[in-house]
This record gives sequence, C-alpha cells and structure tokens, in this order.
Amino acid sequence: MRIAGQGRVSGAKTVNFTFNGRHLMGLEGDTLASALLANDIHLVGRSFKYHRPRGILTAGSEEPNALVTLGQGGQQDPNIRATTQELYEGLEARSQNCWPSVEHDVLAVNNLAAPFFGAGFYYKTFMWPAAFWEKLYEPMIRRAAGLGALSGQADTDCYEKAFAFCDLLVVGSGPAGLMAALTAGRAGADVLLLEEDSQLGGRLLVEQEEIDGKPASVWLQRALAELQALDSVRLMKRTAVTGAYDQGTYGALERVGHHEMRRHSLKGSHRPRECFWRIAAKHCILAAGAIERPVAFRNNDRPGVMMASAVRAYLNRWGVAPGERVTLFANNDDAHRTARDLVQAGVHLAAVVDSRHDAPDSDFYTVMRGAQVCDTSGGKRLESITVRSVRGEEKIQTDCLAMSGGWNPSVHLTCHLNARPVWRREVLAFVPAAGAVPGMQAVGACNGTFSTQGALNEGAMAADVVLDALGLQRAEAAVPVAEDSPYQIAPLWAVPGKGRAWLDFQNDVTVKDVTQAATENFSSVEHMKRYTTQGMATDQGKNSNVAALAVLADVTGRSIPETGTTTFRPPFVPVSIGAMGAGAVDHGFKPQRFLTSHGASEERGASHLEVGLWYRAAYFPKPGETNWRQSCDREAMWVRRAVGICDVSTLGKIDIQGPDAAKLLDFVYTNTFSTLKQGRVRYGLMLREDGFVMDDGTCARLGESHYVMTTTTAAAGEVMAHLEFVAQVLRPEWDVRFTSVTEHWAQFAIAGPKSRDLLSSLLDEPIDNSSWPFMACGEVSVMGIKGRLFRISFSGEEAYELALPADYGDSLFRTLLARAETLGGGAYGMEALNVLRIEKGFITHAEINGTVTAHDLGLARMLSKKKDFIGKAMAHRPGLMDADRMQMIGLKPTGAVKELSAGAHLFSPEDPIERVHDQGYVTSVGFSPELGHMIALGFLKRGSARIGDEIRLVDHMRGIDTLCEVVEPVFYDPEGERTRG
Amino acid sequence: MRFSGWRVLKEGLTGNKGWGPHWRDPEPKREYDVVIIGGGGHGLATAYYLAAEHGITNIAVLEKGYLGGGNVGRNTTIVRANYYLPGNSEFYSHSLRLWEGLEQELNYNAMMSQRGILNLYHNDGQRDAAVRRGNSIINQGDDAELLDREGVRKLAPYLNFDNNRFPIMGALLQRRAGTARHDAVAWGFARGADMRGVDLIQNCEVTGIDIEGGKVTGVQTARGPIRAKKVALAAAGRSGQVAAMAGLTLPIESHVLQAFVSEGVKPLIDQVITFAEGHLYISQSDKGGLVFGSYLDFYSSYAARGNLPMVEHTMETCVAMVPAVSKARLLRSWGGIMDMTPDGSPIIDHAPIEGLYLNCGWCYGGFKATPGSGNAYAHLIATDRPHGAATRFKLDRFRTGYGLMDEEGTGAQHNLH
Amino acid sequence: MRITCPLCGERDRREFNVKGAALDRPGEGADQDAWHTYVNLRQNPAGVLAELWYHEMGCGSWLTVTRNTVTHEILKVELASQTEMGGAA
Repeated sequence: MRIAGQGRVSGAKTVNFTFNGRHLMGLEGDTLASALLANDIHLVGRSFKYHRPRGILTAGSEEPNALVTLGQGGQQDPNIRATTQELYEGLEARSQNCWPSVEHDVLAVNNLAAPFFGAGFYYKTFMWPAAFWEKLYEPMIRRAAGLGALSGQADTDCYEKAFAFCDLLVVGSGPAGLMAALTAGRAGADVLLLEEDSQLGGRLLVEQEEIDGKPASVWLQRALAELQALDSVRLMKRTAVTGAYDQGTYGALERVGHHEMRRHSLKGSHRPRECFWRIAAKHCILAAGAIERPVAFRNNDRPGVMMASAVRAYLNRWGVAPGERVTLFANNDDAHRTARDLVQAGVHLAAVVDSRHDAPDSDFYTVMRGAQVCDTSGGKRLESITVRSVRGEEKIQTDCLAMSGGWNPSVHLTCHLNARPVWRREVLAFVPAAGAVPGMQAVGACNGTFSTQGALNEGAMAADVVLDALGLQRAEAAVPVAEDSPYQIAPLWAVPGKGRAWLDFQNDVTVKDVTQAATENFSSVEHMKRYTTQGMATDQGKNSNVAALAVLADVTGRSIPETGTTTFRPPFVPVSIGAMGAGAVDHGFKPQRFLTSHGASEERGASHLEVGLWYRAAYFPKPGETNWRQSCDREAMWVRRAVGICDVSTLGKIDIQGPDAAKLLDFVYTNTFSTLKQGRVRYGLMLREDGFVMDDGTCARLGESHYVMTTTTAAAGEVMAHLEFVAQVLRPEWDVRFTSVTEHWAQFAIAGPKSRDLLSSLLDEPIDNSSWPFMACGEVSVMGIKGRLFRISFSGEEAYELALPADYGDSLFRTLLARAETLGGGAYGMEALNVLRIEKGFITHAEINGTVTAHDLGLARMLSKKKDFIGKAMAHRPGLMDADRMQMIGLKPTGAVKELSAGAHLFSPEDPIERVHDQGYVTSVGFSPELGHMIALGFLKRGSARIGDEIRLVDHMRGIDTLCEVVEPVFYDPEGERTRG
Repeated sequence: MRFSGWRVLKEGLTGNKGWGPHWRDPEPKREYDVVIIGGGGHGLATAYYLAAEHGITNIAVLEKGYLGGGNVGRNTTIVRANYYLPGNSEFYSHSLRLWEGLEQELNYNAMMSQRGILNLYHNDGQRDAAVRRGNSIINQGDDAELLDREGVRKLAPYLNFDNNRFPIMGALLQRRAGTARHDAVAWGFARGADMRGVDLIQNCEVTGIDIEGGKVTGVQTARGPIRAKKVALAAAGRSGQVAAMAGLTLPIESHVLQAFVSEGVKPLIDQVITFAEGHLYISQSDKGGLVFGSYLDFYSSYAARGNLPMVEHTMETCVAMVPAVSKARLLRSWGGIMDMTPDGSPIIDHAPIEGLYLNCGWCYGGFKATPGSGNAYAHLIATDRPHGAATRFKLDRFRTGYGLMDEEGTGAQHNLH
Repeated sequence: MRITCPLCGERDRREFNVKGAALDRPGEGADQDAWHTYVNLRQNPAGVLAELWYHEMGCGSWLTVTRNTVTHEILKVELASQTEMGGAA
C-alpha cells in the first residue's frame, strides 16, 4: 500500500508492469519488490524443498525468497531478486519453482511429508532396489530440482568486460563510504566508488535521521554534488564488488541494462546487459554495510514476515507500507526505528515485541518487553502472530511482522583471501579480522560500527591512512555531526518451542534440522552446513548463517566463536556466467588465425581445418569430384607427378641471432648445428628436459650468427618459450636473441618433380640442382621482392619452400598456383600433405604425442654422443631406453578388410582382444594413391624387431577389425632419391 | 543403525528421535595397528576396506580438521573410467565397479548417478585421440561409444554446435560415468569404518612421524603421541609436508584447482560434458546447481582459493560451448589443493621406510578414485603387496622412467597435467 | 593477482605463464639422482617459494618470482637471468 507523500519516489511517473500475467502499476524508482508491496502483493515465490509460500523478506541483494523470472526465450532470466530489480515500463515478471501457479503449487504437498524429509534423509534411503536410483528415485528428485529455469537457448543478450585502476577503491556509498571518498577525493586521490544500488547513499536513502542538524538527504545531496565535481573521483552505481583477489585485484559486476526494456535481441546492437570489471586498486576501503538477521521462531517464514530494516526501507524510500496492521519483533534498539517511522507515517502499529526486559520505552507506542513471538498463522499471507510473555500467550492480528535479530556486518570481502572474521561480543556479531586483505580497511557497519557518526568518522580516518600511504595531503574539513547512539542488543537466535522455526528460508532449513544434524554428530559447522544444506541457497547464508551456527553452538555446548563460521567465498552476489565469460561467445573463445592464402583458397572452394588456431586448407575440390578423397588423391598425385603448392606459413619461424646462436642450438637440439654450413638447412630434434621428444623441425643457417628455426605449427609457442627459458635461465651468459617471425613471412611449399621448373620461371635468377642442392637455403628475389628459399621436403619429392614478406603472400600464392597449373599441378591441402608425409614416414604431433622418445621414433642416431643437450640425461633413464617400448612402425592391410584407422589398437593375431594383450596403436592413416591401398603409422611393442610380422588391428569405435603387415615406416622411395632430384 | 526407507518412515512418524551419531568421536588410543594420516575420502575409504576386507580394525584415522574437509568435499563430483594408459585403465575401471555397488556396500546413499560423460571433440586429431581412448576403454572391459555430431545433439541439444570457435564434431561417450554426492561418499565410508571399530579422530593434526632404526613406530599429534605398526599417508594437498616429517621429498607440487557452482536452475544438463580446448567439465547436480571447473591456476598454492583469470577462463569456456547457461549465475567458487605429479598419475606404494605407506599425487583425479584408492591402498597396507589394479602406481617410476602414465603427454612439468 | 615485472612494471597475471619452482639445473655429467631431483622432486613448501614465470604477453622475460604459497604474497621479482637458482624447491 502506497502512502501519499511518503518516500523518495513520491510524485514519480507511473510505470506499467505485469506479475504472473496481472497488469500492475508502480512508480519510477521502484524496485519490483516495492511495486509489488505497493500493490499489496506479498506471495511472490515458493521455497525450494517444501514449496512453502514465500514473500519479500528484505530490500536488498541478500533476498532469499522473492526470486522471479524475467524475459522469454534467449533473454529468459531466472532467479532475479525482486528486491534489486528496478521497475521499467513493460517489465514482465513471473514466479518460479511452482506449478501450476504460485497460488496453487502441487509440490506444496512436500510440506506434508516434512517429517520424512528432515536433514540428510536422502542419504539414508533410495538405496533399494539398487537399479531404482537412476530409473526412479533420482529422476523424481531431479524433476523437483532448481529454482527458476533457463530457456535452453543460447543467450541473446550481450555482455562486456573491462579493466579499471585506482588509488582507492571505496566499496559502498553509505555514510562511511561517502566520507572516505570525500576525504580522499578532496586530497586529489584517484578514487573509484562503487555502489551496488541504483542510487548512491546506502542507508541514508532509507533512514530518517539528521546530519549536521539537517535531514540526512541534504548532506547526501551536497556530498554527491561535491564528489561529482571532483575530477579524480569516479562514481559507479549498480555495481557490486563480487570478490577480493590477490595483490589488490577486485571483481565487480555492473548491471548496465537490467533497468531498461531490451527492445533488440541482436547482439552488439545495444548496450550490454552487464559488464564485469576487473579492478586493480592500490587501496580499498570497504564500507559494505551490514545485513539484518532474522529470528527463528515457529512459522516465521510466512509472507508478511519481513526484516525490520526492510519495512523501514520500503516506507522511507518507496513510500510503501507493507501492511495495514504492522507488528515488530526485535532484540535491539535499532529495530525500534521501524516502529517510530511507521507511527510517524501514520501506519497502524499493532504491537512492538522486544525480547529484552530492559528494552527502551517510547512515547508513541507500547513495548511488550521480555516477550517473544512464538508462532504465526496465515496461509499465503501472515494473519496473526502469537506472543509469549510472562503473561502467557497472546494472539495479535497482523499482516506484517517486522523482525530483527540484530545486524551482521558484511565481512564477506574481508574473508575472500582466507581470513576468518572475529566475534565481537558487544555487538553480537562477526567483524573483519585486522589485516584480512592487504590494503583493505573495513569501516562503518561492515566493521561493526553501527552509528552514522561512527561510520562517518571511520570513513574519514581510513581515508587518512590511504592518503598518508599515497603521500597526499588531507584537505582541512570537519567530519559532520550525526546520530551516535550506542548499539544495544541482547542475544536472541531462536525462540524455543515446538514446530518448525526457519533459519534458511529458501532451502527450508529449520532449527530442528540443525539440532538433528548435531545429534547425528554433524557437529562441525561445515558438517552441519553440508548435511542440512544450511546457507547453500542463493543468498549463501547471508540471512541465516550466523543464527544457524548460534543454534549449533547452543546444542553442542560450545560458544559461537568456538563453533566458527563456514568459509565466505566469492562472489559476494551471484554473477551471470555470461558476464564473466563475455567475449567468448560464438567465435570469440580463441583467436582465429588466417593465412595470406585464405581468400584465394576460399575462392577455390577449399574447406578448412583448424590447426593451432590457424585455418588451413584441407583440400581444393575440382568440379566433378564428389568426395574429399578424390581431391586428396589428385592433389597427392600432382605432387608426385608434377608440382603442388601448399601454404606452410603456420609452421613456427623463429629468428635466432647472436654470437652464441650456434652454441644455443647445439644445446637445445639433440643433434649438432654449430657445424652446419651457412646456406644450409638441417633437420633437428628437440627433447624436453625429461628426455621425451618435444618437437622437430628444420633450422637454416643464414649467417655466421644467424639462424632461422622452424617448429611444428602446434608447438610454436611452446618452443619459443623454451628457447627463451634456456637462454635466459639456463645460459644467461650466452649472447643470443630470438624473435618470432611466424607471421612476418608467407611461406609456401613448392613440391614435385616440376618444382624447380616452376621456381626458375618465377625467381629473378633461375636455380639449378648444384646451386640449390637438397638442404640448401638462401636469399632469392621474386620480381624484385627479397625472399628466402629453402630446399626442404615434407613430401619426399624434390621440393622447396619459398618465403616472402607476408604482405605479398596472397599474390605469391596466386602466382604460384597459376604457374603450377600450367605445369599440370596446383594447390594441395592438408589431406594430401598428410598422405605424402605418411608415405615417407615423416612425423607430426600425431606421433610426437609427448610420450615418445627418439628411440621410439627410430631417431636414436640423432642423439649426439659428443655434446650435452637438453633432455640428454633423462633420455637415458632405463625405462626410456628399454627394448620393450613401443616403436614406430608402418602398417599395410593384408586382411579381407582393407581399411585402417587412426586410434585403433594392435594385437598379436593369436591373442584375445583385452588390455593386457595390447601391443600398440595407430597414429596416422591415409590412402596412398601411389600404392593403391591404405597405409598407416603407429607404435608397436618391440616394433622395430617385428618388421614383416602380421598384426591384428582392432577399432571398436569404428567397427574395424583387420590384419596388417608390420613394415618399415617408409612406404615410398626409401632411399630418398627423388628428394635429391 | 541400518538406514532404509522404512527407517526414515518410522522415524518420521515418531518425531525423528531415534537417529544417532553417524560415527563416534573417540579419544585416541595410545597404539594402533594402522594409523592413517588424513580423514578425507581416500583415508576413510582405506580404513573402511582395511576393516571390511582385511579384518584389520585397530585403526585410527587422524584428521587435522573435520572428516571429508579436504578435496573430497570440494570437487566437481565426477566419476568416470575413461583413461587410456595401462595403470590408469585398470585402476579406474576397478574404482568404477566399486562405485557401482557403493550404496549397498555402505548402506549409505552417495547418490552415484550414472548419467554418462561426453568428451567433445572438434577436429580429426581429437577424434582419433578419442578413438584411441575409446578402444582402450573397451579393451579394458568398460564402456565407450563414439558419437558423431548428431549423436551428441540428441543427448545435449543445447550445446553450441555451429556458431562456435570450435564447432562440435562428435564426442566420446561413457554411459557408466557420472557424478556422486561428494560429501556423502566421505560420510558413508566414515560411518562404515566407524561401525567396524575404526577410530575416526578429528581435530588431530599429525606433527611428526616417529622412525626408529629405519622403521616407523608411530606419530606425534596435536593430541599426543600415538604408536603404530604401520603409518599410511593419505593427505592429498599436504602430501609433501607430511612426507617431509619422515624425511622424504616427493615428486609433487601442490596447486590450486578452482571449482564453481551456479544458482539452482531447473534441469538442463543431463550428462557430464567436457570440452578439451578449454578444459571445461560441467554437470548439473540433483539440486539444480551447475557444477563446473577447468584448469589449475597453474602457480603453486596451498591457499584453497584462486584468482580471477582462471575464473573468467572457465566462464568463457561455458559461454563458448554451452551458451544456454550464460544466464545462470555463479553462486560460489572455491579451490582445492591438488598433488600434481610429473606424469599426472598417482602413487600408491611403499615409502622407502619400513611401515610407511604412500597414497598421493592424485592430480585432478582424486574423487573418482576414492573407492578404488581406498581398496587398493588397504590391500597394500594389509598384505604388503600391491593390489592387482594398482601395480603401476609406483614411486620409483619417475626415477627409472618405467611405466610413466602421462595421459596428457605434457611431460615432467607438474602443473601441466 | 598482479606481478611487478622489473622491466614493464606492475602487470596483470594474465600476461604471465608460470613454469614451476626455480631450481638449479645439474651440470653436465651429474648423476641420475641429481637429474631425478631436478626434474621430478619438489620441496613444495607451504610458505616462501621461488618460482619461474615467463612474461610471455609482455617483454618476454623469464622472472624469478618469490611468493608465499599460502598467502600468495609476492615478496620479490627479479629477472631470472640475474638470479642465482636455489636447490630443490
């Protein structure tokens, strides 16, 4: 019910919205919760387990009950707190976790079965018969799982991430935060102030009090105006700090678009829904306030039972009285403000119940001292409370009970780096431990200082500390004068009595559950939490944890500090996965790397394969070809018979220069490079320090102290880091430098018997076999453009790799193709490349899979005995030299089934197909058009001694079971004559 | 007390007054046959199997905090047997079989749910690796199926198949894999061990290991010295510190692995889904929370908490592969401390000190190993011979190079497995 | 997590990759025990540890970062090329 003239939204524009299909009106500045209360709607949701009716409990992000779903389809947004959702024109909200409706929810039947659904009941049942768990019990449980529903569609909203840096991060804009920001800002500090709410001011927005003798709102307006005028201060609303991390890093979620209708669903066409901030702050002042805690008593969970501070907030900020006959139940002075404000606003106050015998009196209402609310009645709305006092029990009609068990400082962020909060007896609350987070000071209510004056003082003092550290001079200004009453409270956690008294409203955890957990010896606070699910709901126990552990302390005969808290973990408020994952949707997860030949390849209809983030052409189909194999066979034969062109720019290229370049290469490669002549290329093998093969490739010597190394595409980054490691960490005294030039050069393989013809027609100076023998390299020029030519081969044919600066890649590729086509060849892709290299037994990372040695690959001869190299010692461990290891072999089909498959396992023909008889596996397969059958590479136990043996290849996954002959892993031109031309 | 539906019914009708403690809180005795250091999943399972299968009941499990407070209580609850290298294959196969009968064995509902796991693949190379793995699994006697795109779509239509940096090509499916209620596993083993006479001693940190003449004689604890014929280490995350008390240096680095849970949402994800390009694994609990994780934070840590880069990376893997969860909200994140070994595989072996046993180095894989590890470790402790399913988890393999089990192929860099 | 690179200043952790403990590599001819210790064994302290980090997205320096593995406090960052490596850490 809205009270005319009351609250900060008074006179605002009306806003139309719907709730569960009902058309309703609210005011600009309303939250969904305040608008619902203004419309006298209290039943908003259902609890998780018993499906009990749930109303609005709080006025903040800690709300456990009033969770709703907004939006449809790709914008459907479940578990939205009605208490923080700002109202906008056209907002459509609906209740969740209820069927068919929030009014009539079938699963409310669970409530009747509550005696059987106590703490941990599911651990004790659903075990018989065994098969029924997956078939019956679990599906039943699962059907009831969850709160709101995701749509199942991809999210159509967009999100962003951003970085921010500051001298001082102020978290919260209540009196403590504002005072801190003012003090630091006036001195010129770079201040970032973040406020979770849509408005700055914190409790000043919802309390009736004075600062410097005037209404607090006057001071607030002035403070905000001053802050806005300060260049070094940034104020951000709707931004909740979600976590504290190492070295002054904080995460924060800005709700950029939650308060407006999304008219567009197209990504990128409107501002983001949320932005996730990563903040690096030299200092932090935490002024996060406190959260009022409920009292546990029988049936304290009915809609209409609210936090006293929330009732006050709805009244003072939104001009809404949450009931016509309001009652108050408290154990502290602070809650009496609610009674005072209600009376002042003319709301009927039916009773004020205070558990303390010495509770203060009021001129405006009578206080039932030493009394407790011990029960309530009502169904979907509170109707009455039962008050127990020395005079006995008394029923009082009421439709709204404001309750307060005191305040819990929001210590969460101070605990994110593992600190535990400290119990302070005077305020019956956990407060932050000193030095909990390096660089962070907690001030005001989150530090257990509950008066406005105390908050202002602490804010100013903390800012002084920061200014000192920053070396800035504090501007002279007095801290304003404000309310400074002491915090008076007496312990009251749970009202004794029968029936169910709720602690965790969402998860339906009651005092009985905690007691039962303790009886069953789940008496550690962590055990209790895990056994009862206390504090595991969407509020993460913000409302309930302290009371629950107080109850546990009581039943286990320990003190509250002895019992301790569970761990506070980030995020402080739940953060959408979309916001924290912003940027990775669709193709954004990893960079896409395109070759200079990509456009020309696409024009030729090439399909692409992904290799190390690069897209490489798989094959180039010709008209009439109906499957990739036809293209692949044709391309491979071009290389064998004429000439093929393949973009090999993806291979890592590392430029190595310096007087000690040769020494370094000798150290990182197993074979020797210092003896390599200038103008020559050598194949090299690199080990990891543990003796297994890391990578292979060629390395060309361009000058006395200048090499260029190629790595495999996949290992380019790893090898670069490795070289830097070796040079900087292991051999810092050597003078050698590395530069990755992978993207600098467009490099193409020109392979086949006509490759030299092609090159001679293209290069400014033609080449011949003697000037450019196998493994020669050097500078060439193409139409005046300086490039590099390497005579190396990954196909077994006479072949060259020509590199020009990448700017010329596209035109070079097109030129090469045009000339190759006139010679009866053309482009070949990865599929053909793979067939050609398998025919030659050349390895890729299919073979160099991280578990093979040089011996396994038949490359033991490359392990130099004359020099030291990385991995040499560990490669000589007996387990790596053992003859029983699997060695690389080739396979030819001999059985009826002529198919081979990569990933198949190998068995001796007489053995059963069981793991213990496993002899090896297949790494690479291809159809050799040259040989007319499939060929494969693989690893086989004692393989090099089993050439000529018959072996059985079994691939259960693809249904292949065939016989093969073990052959040397070279199928074509074993002498290598073709390569030499 | 035997648990059953009837018992729940009866207690419900009589005010739930008959439930007793799941385990006792005994004072430590002065001497035991076996002292197990660590009251986590593996330690409790070891005690259980020693008592249940080997008749050894004079056992103390010493836990510095509360039972099940280590990694068994802070993981992503995935159970599977889809390894491909000898050693891991037979061990996880054995473990999965134990999982399958665990509720009945323990009379405790650990909610082992065989929902299946889908390991997505995105290119030919990954497919061939999946095939190799799938064939290993079948050869071991477990189940595996290779699914193509459409096969995956049938099971998980909400995945991002096309408009994706790494379009989905297919998946390796193991139907018998799934999830279990992690805490309940620890509690079930604890209760089972306690019922058989094992003393579970909480808040009892071990501060020293007593060795005389090259032989273990007992331990020093926060609650006084305890003599023991055999001392068995099961303190994942702190293995190095505990081993150091016996003068041993282990091939282990401790690393933080973060895990995440979202607010509860109605069931969407039925299986466990993994996405290798980002190392994501995600499933949905019976309560409705999405439970997921990805890589280590990569730096050495004992802090049981992580930093934002890996948090964000993990969320990025989610929106990339499972964009339907974008609007689910991250509710809680935490960290566990992993024992990372040079080959990514564990150690269950004698220590080079008589009477001292090692169970450590579980890397990412400790939870699914729980029953198998306890079972094999109990066998080793009781008989001084390795269990048939754990013969390869030897400590000296790193020195000799024999029998390394490097499933990732990343070599002796502890944080890369 | 933020690391102050001696060359680039304070940077976000995302710019760096971490390899592991900063150890003294055995010299040529060292025995298998020394290699086993270097490659496999770790002191793995719950406390101060010198670790090797690579400023891959920055200047490309390898750094010796001395950190507390319990609190994550960073005590010292030096260029690895100018650091004496410790024993098995």
